[in-house]
Amino acid sequence: MTQILEAESSADDALTDDLCFARFINVQKSYDGVELVVKNFNLDIRKGQFVTLLGPSGSGKTTCLMMMAGFETPTHGDILLKGEPINGLPPHKRGIGMVFQNYALFPHMTVAENLAFPLEVRHLSKDDIKQKVQRALAMVRLEEFGDRRPAQLSGGQQQRVALARALVFEPELVLMDEPLGALDKNLREEMQYEIKRIHANLGVTMIYVTHDQTEALTMSDRIAVFNDGVVQQLATPETLYEEPENAFVAYFIGENNRLCGEVVELQGDTCRVRLDSGDTVLAKPVAVSEVGERTTLSLRPERVSILDTGDATVDNCFTARVEEVIYLGDHLRTRLSVCGNDEFILKTPNAVGNTGLRPGQEIRVGWSRGDCRALDV
Amino acid sequence: MSNSSSAPLTTADGVPLRVSLRRAIRRSKLKALLLVSPLLLFLGIAFVMPIVDMLWRSVDNPEVSSTLPRTVSALDGWEGEALPGEPVFAALAEDLREGQQARNLGLLASRLNYEKSGMRSTITRTARRLRTLEPPYREALIEINDTWGELDTWRLIQRESSPYTLSYYLAAVDRQFSPQGEIVPVPEYLQIHATLFWRTFWMSAVITLATLLLGYPVAFLLANLPLRHSNLLMILVLLPFWTSLLVRTTTWIAILQSQGVLNDVMVALGVIADEARWQMIHNKTGTIIAMTHILLPFMILPLYSVMKTIPPSYMHAARSLGGRPFLCFRRVYFPLTIPGIAAGGILVFILSIGYYITPALVGGQSGRFITNYIAYHMQTSLNWGLAAAIASILLFVVVVFYWIFNRLIGVDKVKLG
Repeated sequence: MTQILEAESSADDALTDDLCFARFINVQKSYDGVELVVKNFNLDIRKGQFVTLLGPSGSGKTTCLMMMAGFETPTHGDILLKGEPINGLPPHKRGIGMVFQNYALFPHMTVAENLAFPLEVRHLSKDDIKQKVQRALAMVRLEEFGDRRPAQLSGGQQQRVALARALVFEPELVLMDEPLGALDKNLREEMQYEIKRIHANLGVTMIYVTHDQTEALTMSDRIAVFNDGVVQQLATPETLYEEPENAFVAYFIGENNRLCGEVVELQGDTCRVRLDSGDTVLAKPVAVSEVGERTTLSLRPERVSILDTGDATVDNCFTARVEEVIYLGDHLRTRLSVCGNDEFILKTPNAVGNTGLRPGQEIRVGWSRGDCRALDV
Repeated sequence: MSNSSSAPLTTADGVPLRVSLRRAIRRSKLKALLLVSPLLLFLGIAFVMPIVDMLWRSVDNPEVSSTLPRTVSALDGWEGEALPGEPVFAALAEDLREGQQARNLGLLASRLNYEKSGMRSTITRTARRLRTLEPPYREALIEINDTWGELDTWRLIQRESSPYTLSYYLAAVDRQFSPQGEIVPVPEYLQIHATLFWRTFWMSAVITLATLLLGYPVAFLLANLPLRHSNLLMILVLLPFWTSLLVRTTTWIAILQSQGVLNDVMVALGVIADEARWQMIHNKTGTIIAMTHILLPFMILPLYSVMKTIPPSYMHAARSLGGRPFLCFRRVYFPLTIPGIAAGGILVFILSIGYYITPALVGGQSGRFITNYIAYHMQTSLNWGLAAAIASILLFVVVVFYWIFNRLIGVDKVKLG
């Protein structure tokens, strides 16, 4: 009987271990004792997940990563890895792989020596090291480059070596600090898929730091959006884009039209907002709770449509003046002046019937109340 | 384009591209040259010319050939087996007479005295009785001084009749020509330069090592502390540059002498007995301590300039890959600082082997460097040829070290900030 209980409880432990593979609990960090760089950071990371910390520079995301790696100590709070607090553990005992923004490949060693370094410090046998290094090089498709120096490789190749080095000693957790920041656009996209592929193949847990929202949306299972030392929203990419919880997230992820006003009526999942220009808009209340509150309405440019005259089936319908049309190949960006906002963007696919707008032209645009989210100011 | 490999490229109007380019940049080249010309001129006069002059003096040997031209030509073809005949003695008498009138026998006397002691008095004594000298000169001269009857004297005059000589270089390494013209060591009691060269080199090596051991941690802090603290530290490192070298050296005398601060403190603390005070100045210890202090910035600054370029992420990466701190330092950080160590090392070593003031003030008898003998030969013994030869050897050593350094590391690594 007791045996069964123990087995159950250990299975439970294993489950919690998997759910909370790495945890930040009430973590705070201050460098100068005056300002908090990280304010009360909480995050549970499931085993095998790809979690991205996304935010503008100076938002505290890299500091969080450095605390996980052990190069910074939290001023307050706990960091747990597999259920064990690791606050006092020096970096080399944590067994966490890390990829740095400038790759940090040792310039005086060859690629193979770089990869062998983590294995040598673990006193593996020569044959094992050779085998693992070859396997890691094969994983990033650089079998032929073992004898080169990092300086003889291109940026993308260096990036792959850095990735292989962080993975060669088979860590369960890998941290990446803006690893693709130094690459040009095409290479960056290629590497994003490469990292995703490796993540899927190895099942390793990854924490990824970036300020590039596209990168975050493409790669992550979950994204924590940072601003000002606080996590603004922690959600899947889809949720973040479709249902931003506050104005910062809406503004930071994707493009976003903003209209400011005051709530005049609140009823279930609908609210009526009087804009500063006097117009009234129907919206979905997200971060407003009472009538009279100031709010920012957030509306994705691709959710606005051009209406034929007389069409009145949409919730919100306004007259707009075309200010500027920018041709972007697969779609058109049209800057409109609507409800006193002349930075209002309309994104339309380059399809028959959508072209032909001219600056100065008056059109009718509309959107549904569900796409228009009433957020905080 | 396809024809670019076969025909030389031309500009649109048919001028070869190379010519056109040269024309286009000539003006800016001239302007650049004009800007550096004052410095070039200064370097030429104050640096290149003295070095050329020094190299020249180290082999220049005009005394015998210009003062005794007749004797030299009369000696031409002499085998050196027996005393030369009357014509040679007659030529010598003639030359000496002329030399006495031109008042340049003194130089000749000194020059020959370097090679054979006693030659100075031989010549002055002979010169004094030139007026009453009558043929046959051979007997007359030998009567004035026996030296003229020695084969070695004539071999010496013949050997040194060439306008160039190696004898200064030989003297600089404690060697000389034997009367038979072979290169032999000078008598042991006269051997001094080789010892001094050796002492200069090993003490410079010790000083270089000491500056490295003391300077490495400081340079590391300079490169890694937050800017506010590292700026303060940098000022402390540069502070010695704002203080006179003499002041810094004499301060060490005040600290280290037997009635000095350090000894007084240790006696007061009972570490050493009053009658057993340490002798730390006017010997090798004093030279090493004072020069280590004075040359320290020249080690710290190149080290710092290299360390500054090593991003902290290298050490972070090494730590995250599982290396203990010391291992990371040994395998990653230290190898990356080797160019800085080499640059600082070469700088301190080269400065050190040529240092003069500090060893002269605190070196006493045992802590002196070869440079102090260069000064001695320039100011006291007035043997400029020997001084030039020693200095040229030092220059040669420096150039060799520089060449090796440039081959292994590259001079561009020597940066002071």
